[in-house]
Formats: sequence, structure tokens, C-alpha cells
Amino acid sequence: MVDFSKRYDVLVIGGGNAALCAAISAAREGASVLVLEAAPKFYRGGNTRHTRNMRCAHDAATDTLSGPYSEEEFFDDLMRVTGGNTNEDLSRMMIHESKDMLDWIAQQGVRFQPSLGGTLSLGRTNSFFLGGGRAMLNALYLTAEDLGVAIAYEAEVTSMDVENGMFLGATVKRPDGETYVRAGSLVAASGGFEANKEWLEESWGPAAKNFLIRGTRFNRGTVLKMLGAAGVDQIGDPTQCHAVAIDARAPEFDGGIITRLDCVVFGVVVNKHCERFYDEGEDVWPKRYAIWGRLVAGQPDQIAYIIFDASSLELFMPSCFPPIKAESIRELAGKLELDADALDKTITDFNAAVKPGTFDHMQLDDCRTQGLAIEKTHWARKIEKAPFYAYPVRPGITFTYLGVRVNKQSRMMMADGKPSANMFAAGEIMAGNVLGKGYAAGIGMTIGSVFGRIAGREAASNARNQHTG
Amino acid sequence: MHATNTLAEADRQMTICNSCRYCEGLCAVFPAMEMRREFLDGDLNYLANLCHSCGACYHDCQFSPPHEFSVNVPKVLAQVRTDSYAAYAWPAGLAPMFEKNGLKISLVAALSVAIFIAGFVGAHDPAALFGQHAGNFYALMPHNTMAAIFGAAFLFAIVAMIMGIRNFWKDIGEPAETLTQGGSLWQAMKDASTLRYLDGGGVGCMNDSERPTDNRRRYHHFTFYGFMLCFASTSIATLYHYVLGRHAPYPWYDLPVVLGTIGGLGLVIGPIGLLMAKKDRDPALVDESRKGMDVAFLVMLLATGVTGLALLVLRDTSAMGLLLSLHLGVVFALFVTMPYGKFVHGIYRFLALVRYAKEKRMLEMGEA
Repeated sequence: MVDFSKRYDVLVIGGGNAALCAAISAAREGASVLVLEAAPKFYRGGNTRHTRNMRCAHDAATDTLSGPYSEEEFFDDLMRVTGGNTNEDLSRMMIHESKDMLDWIAQQGVRFQPSLGGTLSLGRTNSFFLGGGRAMLNALYLTAEDLGVAIAYEAEVTSMDVENGMFLGATVKRPDGETYVRAGSLVAASGGFEANKEWLEESWGPAAKNFLIRGTRFNRGTVLKMLGAAGVDQIGDPTQCHAVAIDARAPEFDGGIITRLDCVVFGVVVNKHCERFYDEGEDVWPKRYAIWGRLVAGQPDQIAYIIFDASSLELFMPSCFPPIKAESIRELAGKLELDADALDKTITDFNAAVKPGTFDHMQLDDCRTQGLAIEKTHWARKIEKAPFYAYPVRPGITFTYLGVRVNKQSRMMMADGKPSANMFAAGEIMAGNVLGKGYAAGIGMTIGSVFGRIAGREAASNARNQHTG
Repeated sequence: MHATNTLAEADRQMTICNSCRYCEGLCAVFPAMEMRREFLDGDLNYLANLCHSCGACYHDCQFSPPHEFSVNVPKVLAQVRTDSYAAYAWPAGLAPMFEKNGLKISLVAALSVAIFIAGFVGAHDPAALFGQHAGNFYALMPHNTMAAIFGAAFLFAIVAMIMGIRNFWKDIGEPAETLTQGGSLWQAMKDASTLRYLDGGGVGCMNDSERPTDNRRRYHHFTFYGFMLCFASTSIATLYHYVLGRHAPYPWYDLPVVLGTIGGLGLVIGPIGLLMAKKDRDPALVDESRKGMDVAFLVMLLATGVTGLALLVLRDTSAMGLLLSLHLGVVFALFVTMPYGKFVHGIYRFLALVRYAKEKRMLEMGEA
């Protein structure tokens, strides 16, 4: 049983990769550590549950990485995806520290494997967790337990006492009642607010009601909000979130990776009025998948349909929900409850505009349309070979960008510009420092591990100085 | 579309897994799954027999219960696997043996023991059964009779199992030629003899929780190699008898006794360890309705080991007659129930590994 009456050196709020790296690193520095995870044990770990790799710089190929990935190249990639919207000092430091991360994280029991089937493009840059994100979490939790870290599940922080930037204690709601926890220092690693629909509605309006959340229902951003109220400086665009188009049949929460669809480039995407609204073949899918959530969010009722034919069925990863299938476009429209005339016209017009070309789904080919209001610029092939297929899609929210500002020690910065006395942050809750916008696969885990490790170490040293001071 | 609800459920889960693939590094099941987009009954039976039930994918899965996708691959494949044993059984009329297998095996065993005791008593007189024979088993039953009875039981088991193999191979749709490929056979032998896929992808099997342990592999090695040593001991003794004309009892340092003793110890330590692991197994992974079959097989192996060792130690005493009838009864029951119980898991899993070795090599050749 977790002892809540004891005053811990370090209190970690959150239970994902960043939280566990912080807890382990603080415990290895000799600190007593309590981890508060709002979710029950099965759902522990927030978005880490659904991850599968992390991006770390490395000088040479390894057993599981196909080639070197220099700090410079990593930094260039980061600049490209964020459009320069990053704290350069922090991101350069993170990238440098990421080199040591592959070894450190393996020492905590996490195992790697070569890139998964269907992710060949990441085989050089990203290290994949053997068994995926939950396997990684299991390993980190076992290590933390072995180090004597106290872990409480279904322990939600409902309020927090912070005085002049100094954390004093927090009220924790548990199934058997409320309790108050004191600690020498705080590591906030409790993620973003993507599962908090009311908060999403503040930026997106009623459209947010139709959003699907790819992670658990526990990512509600309550701690993020409390820290803002306590005077911690905020960073990142509060209206922004990472959104992809996922299968509309996915559950409202926690559908994870398997609800993604990789077939937009092979067909056309129409809204509920059977109108196309964006160039489906603008660029290769890994570079474009992250814009489609936002695009679908902008359509009426936040729903769209990917329409393709038999010739494309086996060109992409199998889906968890089978595509809706029909022998004609009109029949397909009926099954989708769309206007058959309208869908038939859209497909007929599209087919008429397709120019001859040589189809190659492995690269930007020369198959395009000509004469449409919205052209399809690559991989445009006539949709004519029965059976015809459709996937309904909705915006799937992965994470939010709003966070707290930190310095190189992972220490929170107050709105008045002063560093906090004893509060640190790691993971998605401070990702905005590095990732002002955009995303590249595996960076979230790098942010979590690197800043988690630093935050734990610094929080432990902070607590130690309090003892001696 | 599927023959049973269990197969339909396995199809549902494999479809989810195939759109995730996070577990592909854990064992052979997931790479084999990725080679397919659809799962017919034969495919599912193949995957089920490839699964070693290490439990790692259950603990690593973000969609296992209580998640609404309710993915529990070790459990559903265990159910499919057990159903497949019955489906392949020959003669088909004996397939119901797999139902409530634990009880039926106990009955067969008890009956066998009783027949041997009664036989000895009937053939001689109670004095023969309880007398001292200085370790001479053939004082109770002539060697030729013993060889004939056990030879017949063994032959029956072999024929029944070969027919089962045929049924399995046909069901999964694999051509007979695969069984003549030395490379695939050799790879499968290595994978089976080391229990390569009972290790959760490297850390050990996740039996009672997500904390891995290598216990099941260790105790399975005791059991399997113990069984093989006992088999070797019996075979050598048979050769001694018919080829060299050297008759039992053999001295303690002679091969049949040495191999039998070491093997017997394996057959005691191994099944006890496996029974304990079974007791501690996470209930979420257990197919409760079929647990009896596993337990019955382990108990039979344990009984073989214990009665064999007891016979060795006490062969010069008046307990020999009773112990011999007990031991022979247990071994006889083990043989005749072999094709209708847990024993067949080794055969079908080995064959599934042969097919996997072939598929994997073909895939690698295609990519190269």
C-alpha cells in the first residue's frame, strides 16, 4: 500500500514515459518518490500506451537502426517540421541528450527491435519498442517498483498549493476518499488536455463534439490548468492540436494506432455532400497524414469518406474495421447514406479528368487530373473497378500543444520570468517548448524521456538541498 | 464463414492485430499473421498451433480487456488450438476423448493399472505379486508378453498420430513436400528443442503477471528431456534384450538404468514445476474449460516418473510386484491416451514451426 502520510522528496504527477523516466531518475539519485497516476492500472501511461518508437540521434548503425542519424540532421528535421517554431537552445540540448537515451532507456529494461513492417522509412532514425508502447511502460514500471518508487493508480490531483512559484502539496482524489500529499519538489508529467472535450470546444466550437480521441479519456489537462492558475508561464498555441483522419467507427476514446487509415492517396475524399475538398495526392502520405484531421474537422458534421476501388484494396496496411463494400458507386452511396446522384457525379467527373500516367505508389508519380476545381496531383487513377470501397473518417486528436515553459533543467518558468523554486515538467505538458507546431514520428517520446530524466534528477537534487539547507 | 464461434472470434482478434503489429517482434505468430490479409479456419488453426502461450502479447497489448476491443490472443488461440486437436483426432469417433479429458485419462489409467494387477494375480497367484524377485520383472510377466502389449499400444498411438498429422497438414493447406525440406525441418527442430518462442521475445514468459520469468521454459525442458531420456532408456534396454541378449535387471551403472534415473528425475521435477506455474497463471489467460487436459497430461508424466523411480529403488523388495503393475499401468495409459490429449501439442506445434520456417525463408528470398 502506498503511504500518503509520508512527505516524499519528489512527487510525480502522471504515469507515462516522461513521468516514469522522472521517477526512475529521481529514485536513482536516492530520492523517495511518489507517482500519482489518474488512470486505473490497465489504462496507465497516457499516450505512451499507443506509441511505438522514439527518435534519438546516433553516430552509427546498431542492431536495430539501419544507419547513423546525426544531431545536425535531427535538428534540421525538427526545424523543418516546426517551421523554426522551437526554442533552439532547448531543442539542441534535447537532441544532444537523446544520443545517450538509447542506452539509458535500455538500462531501464526497455527493449528495442528493428522498425515494424510498413514503417521502413523510419528504420534509420527511430528506435522501435519491442512489443510497443505498453511493453515499454511495463518495463519502466517494473524498474520503478524495484527501485522502491511508490505508485498510486486512480489517484487524480484535484487541487494544488503553490506559493510564489513553490509547490507545497496537492489534494488527491482516490476511490476510497481524498488525501493530501506533501513533497519536496514536483514533476508535472501529466500530458495534455486532448480528452477534455469542453476545453477543446473553447477553440473548436461545437465541432469538437464530433472529434475522436486517440488516447485514453484520462488526458484531461487538469494539472496543466492548475499550473497556469498558479502563475506558471504558458507556451504553445492553446487552439492547436495534432489531428489525423481516423476511421469514424472508432470508439470515442483510446482507439490508438489501429484506427488510422493509409489509403487517402489511393482514392478521393468527399464530404457529406459528396464534394471533394482537398488534393488527396499532394505529397507522400507520411508527409501529409497529419493535415487530414484538420481538413475533416472543417467539413460539415466533421465527417468525410475515402472512396476507392478494387485496384487499390491491397496497397495499404489492412484496417481494423473492414471497408464498406458495394458493387456500384450508387450502391456505395446508399450504404454510406449519401446522395447517390451526387456521389456518382463526383466520381464520374473525377474519372473524366484523370490523365494517362504511370502509377507508382512508392513515389510521386505522374498520374494526375486536369480540369477539376480541386485537382488530384499524384496517384490519380480512375475509380472504376468493382467492387467499390469506402471508409468513413473523422478527426482523431492525438495531442495538444499548450504547455508550461521550462528551462534547460526542465524547471518551470513563472509568468514573471523567474524560475520556479521546486517545480519541474516533462513530456507532453512541456512539449511546446521544443515543438511549437508540426510533428515528426517519435519526437514526443524523445521529449518525454530526455526531459523526464533531467526533471527527475533536478527534482531529486532540489529536494536534497532543501534537506541540507 | 467460420466453423465455430471461437474461430470467428480469433479472426476478429487477428484482424485487429494485423492493423497494429506492435507485437511482431515477440514470437512467430505475428510475423506469420502479417503474411496474410484474411484468416480462414486453416490459417487460424496454424497460428493457434504456432502460439506457445507465453502471454507476453496479452500484457503488451493496449487493447486487452477491459479495453472494449478485448484482445486476448493467448486465450483465444488456446481455445482454437484445443478445438483443433479434437478436429484432427483419428479415428474421429475418439475425438470426444478431448472433452473432459482429465477425467477420462484418469479412468483409463485406473483401469489399466487394475488390469495389470489382476493380470499378474490371475496369471500367477497373490504370492507372485507380493513375493521378492530380486529385481526380476519378468518373474511377473514374460518379456515377450510385455513387449507385445506395449508394442501394440505404441503402434496404435503412432498410427493415430500420423493420421492426425495428415489432417492438420491438409487443413492448413500446406503441400506435403514441405515436410521433405531439410532446411525447414532443421530450423523447426532448433526452435522446438530450445523453446525459442516461449520467452516473451527475450525476457521470459509472462505467466502470472507482466513480470517475466523463464520458469515454464526451464520446467518444460526438464519434462521434455526427461521423457526423451526415459524413452531412450527403454529403447536401449529393448536392444540389449533382443540384439545383445543381455537381460534385465541391469546394474545401476548401466545405460538403461542411468538414463532412466536421470530421465525419471526430469519427469518428476518438470511436471511439478509446470503444475505450479499452471496454478500461478494469470486467470485472464486460462481457458478454464480445457484446463483438465493439461493437468491430466502433467499428472500422468509425473506418475510415470514417480512410479519408475520407486520401482528402481525398491526393485529388490516385496513391493516390486505392486509397483511394477502400477508403473506398467500408468505407462500403458499414457501411450493409449497420447493421441487424445495434451501430448499432441508438441507434434502440431513442431509442424507449425516447420511451415513457419518455410514461409519465413520464402519471404526473405522475395525481399532480397
